[in-house]
Amino acid sequence: MSAPALRVAHLYPRLMNIYGDRGNIMCLRHRCEARGIGFELTDLSTGDRLDPAAFDLIFAGGAQDREQRAVADDLLATKAEAIREAVERDVVLLAVCGAYQLFGRSYRESTGVELPGAGIFDLRTEHPGAGAKRCIGNIVANWRAPDGTTRTIVGFENHGGRTRLGPGARPLARVRRGFGNNGEDRTEGAIYRNAIGTYVHGSLLPKNPALADHLIATALRRRHGEVALAPIDDRAELRAHEAALRLR
Amino acid sequence: MQVRTLAAIVAGKAAGAGSRLLGRGGGTAVAGLVAERIDPGVVRRLSAQAGHGAIAVTGTNGKTTTALMLSRIAREAGLVPLHNRSGSNLMRGVAALFVREASLGGRIADAARRLAILEVDEATLPLIVPAVRPRAVVFTNLFRDQLDRYGEVDAVAQAWERALADAPADATLVLNADDPGVAHLGGRARGRVLYYGVDDTGAAVAGDEHASDFRTCLRCGAELAYGATFYGHIGHWRCDACGNRRPAPDVRITRVEQGEETMALTIAAPAGELRVTLPLAGLYNAYNALAAAAGAIALGIAAPPIVAALDGFSAAFGRQERFRVDGREVRVLLGKNPTGLNQVLRTIAAREGRKRLLFFLNDGIADGRDVSWIWDADYELAQPLAEWVLAAGTRAEDLALRLKYAGFGGDVPVERDARAAVRRAIAETPAGGTLYVVPTYTAMLEVRELLARRDGSARHFWEDA
Ligand SMILES: [Zn+2]
Repeated sequence: MSAPALRVAHLYPRLMNIYGDRGNIMCLRHRCEARGIGFELTDLSTGDRLDPAAFDLIFAGGAQDREQRAVADDLLATKAEAIREAVERDVVLLAVCGAYQLFGRSYRESTGVELPGAGIFDLRTEHPGAGAKRCIGNIVANWRAPDGTTRTIVGFENHGGRTRLGPGARPLARVRRGFGNNGEDRTEGAIYRNAIGTYVHGSLLPKNPALADHLIATALRRRHGEVALAPIDDRAELRAHEAALRLR
Repeated sequence: MQVRTLAAIVAGKAAGAGSRLLGRGGGTAVAGLVAERIDPGVVRRLSAQAGHGAIAVTGTNGKTTTALMLSRIAREAGLVPLHNRSGSNLMRGVAALFVREASLGGRIADAARRLAILEVDEATLPLIVPAVRPRAVVFTNLFRDQLDRYGEVDAVAQAWERALADAPADATLVLNADDPGVAHLGGRARGRVLYYGVDDTGAAVAGDEHASDFRTCLRCGAELAYGATFYGHIGHWRCDACGNRRPAPDVRITRVEQGEETMALTIAAPAGELRVTLPLAGLYNAYNALAAAAGAIALGIAAPPIVAALDGFSAAFGRQERFRVDGREVRVLLGKNPTGLNQVLRTIAAREGRKRLLFFLNDGIADGRDVSWIWDADYELAQPLAEWVLAAGTRAEDLALRLKYAGFGGDVPVERDARAAVRRAIAETPAGGTLYVVPTYTAMLEVRELLARRDGSARHFWEDA
């Protein structure tokens, strides 16, 4: 069997890159290469088609409203169907902020216009109106890791839309400090099969190495079976994570 | 003069003096806050006295330097500038300027020769324009900055469009042709538009930069293409879908020769050619000088004072300032958003030798509480030449992690306290050596005060500019 390699698709890297999303890709690359695992990155932009069999992990980040509208049309036209198929085949998906919203069933803008989403996650997002406060600030949430332990996810959130999960999605984490999905039910993010959506940026993965490793291990498992991820130097990562737990 | 305005001046002056006595350096804004509360029309009434009117400078990066350059140009031209202090660029800061300059009788001294040169916060422009009715408004650039405070870049663009709707019909818009987010405003102009830009494609970077905040056409939404990129999304842009493109600039740099400490600029203007030797490095400073020259040209100022002021320019507060501390040179270069930081790192990297670097990352309100922007900045640019690095500030741990990814290693030292960080960095710098300090905005205020205390030659910052 060939040496394992993580094949990553980065959706709209030029248009959806507002909150340091590049850090998530840098983190995946670093955590693979430090262990001798190959890392193959493919950027997919507007017009590009996505082959659902070609990737182990699909990533998409946040965008400003204008870019998000440009992306939404292209996503539905050229990629949504293939992403749904990939997720049903247990490919890992990580969608942050704007992409998280786009991958739900629908998004109601502040003007009341309802836009269809890609329908990966059973959730709906509504913007409560132009006068409503955005959910902005540092966030800490509890995440039940696959080994059964409770870990923290730290980062920053900045979103106007409020997201509510349907029965087909479960929350990624419970909010300890911050707003999360809607500022009311203490849920943050969503999980469906191996797809994860979240409002946490900052960037998400560099400061949350346990979550990053969970994504890598899950993504590799499909083609390579269990791949043991050897411990790597996480001093700077854990120092930043610990510091974030103390932020107001 | 109305009684209310006089009362506002008296109360504002008293509040400003009290704040200075308490040693709250730079806290001059309180004078404006108090005056404005008593007479909301105080800026309108006092600014109207300036015989040469007002020019406003706004934009994400470079507005402090550009406004200071304009102030020096005005002086060379025999005018007396009324110029708000660096960072005091909200309505209260502008009000504080006029209250300070007014007599208790409400008169601005030497009013006939006065030109108000106002650095204006991007989001504050819609308030300032109707109050001071500027003859010209200079727009430097539009980048993402403090997304948690301003909202998205589009929100700032919309605020600017509102401001322009209130501008005097004969006001000149001075616009950066190379920034699609600024050039777009030309379509909203009711009066004259003067575009400025860099024609010399020899100054372009290879490929495009990650930190780019206008990817799509503001007219049709298609992705923009570039013939040349100078930095961020600044360059020779065009939209192949609808034909929208960079306007041909009226005031343009036809040649840039970049040195370690200076830049030789050839500027072509409608009235002829200007040759400037700017004592600053970094292409972003070429844009600042160009914006200032274009602003001066918009006001009818002739070439000789423009050239003289730019040739003799020294850096604005916290922007490429130099200090002497215990026989070491300390250079402070503000880096507060991805595009600005990349420009600063390129400038440092262009200098000879290996560098000692002190980076600061603060998350105060004025910095932006969200520090995720560091992942969009290219700290990698500085790594190959770094001899020593320290991560400092309220978010030093986030910064150290980013520096690890930039190749600085997994054990970058961390120091949250500004005083301890500066002391440690100076101790690490041998006598005769140079220390580079790259702070965010609030860290810049702290660092400058610490360094000024140790450098007897520095002026205290509320006396600045
Ligand atoms: Zn277009």
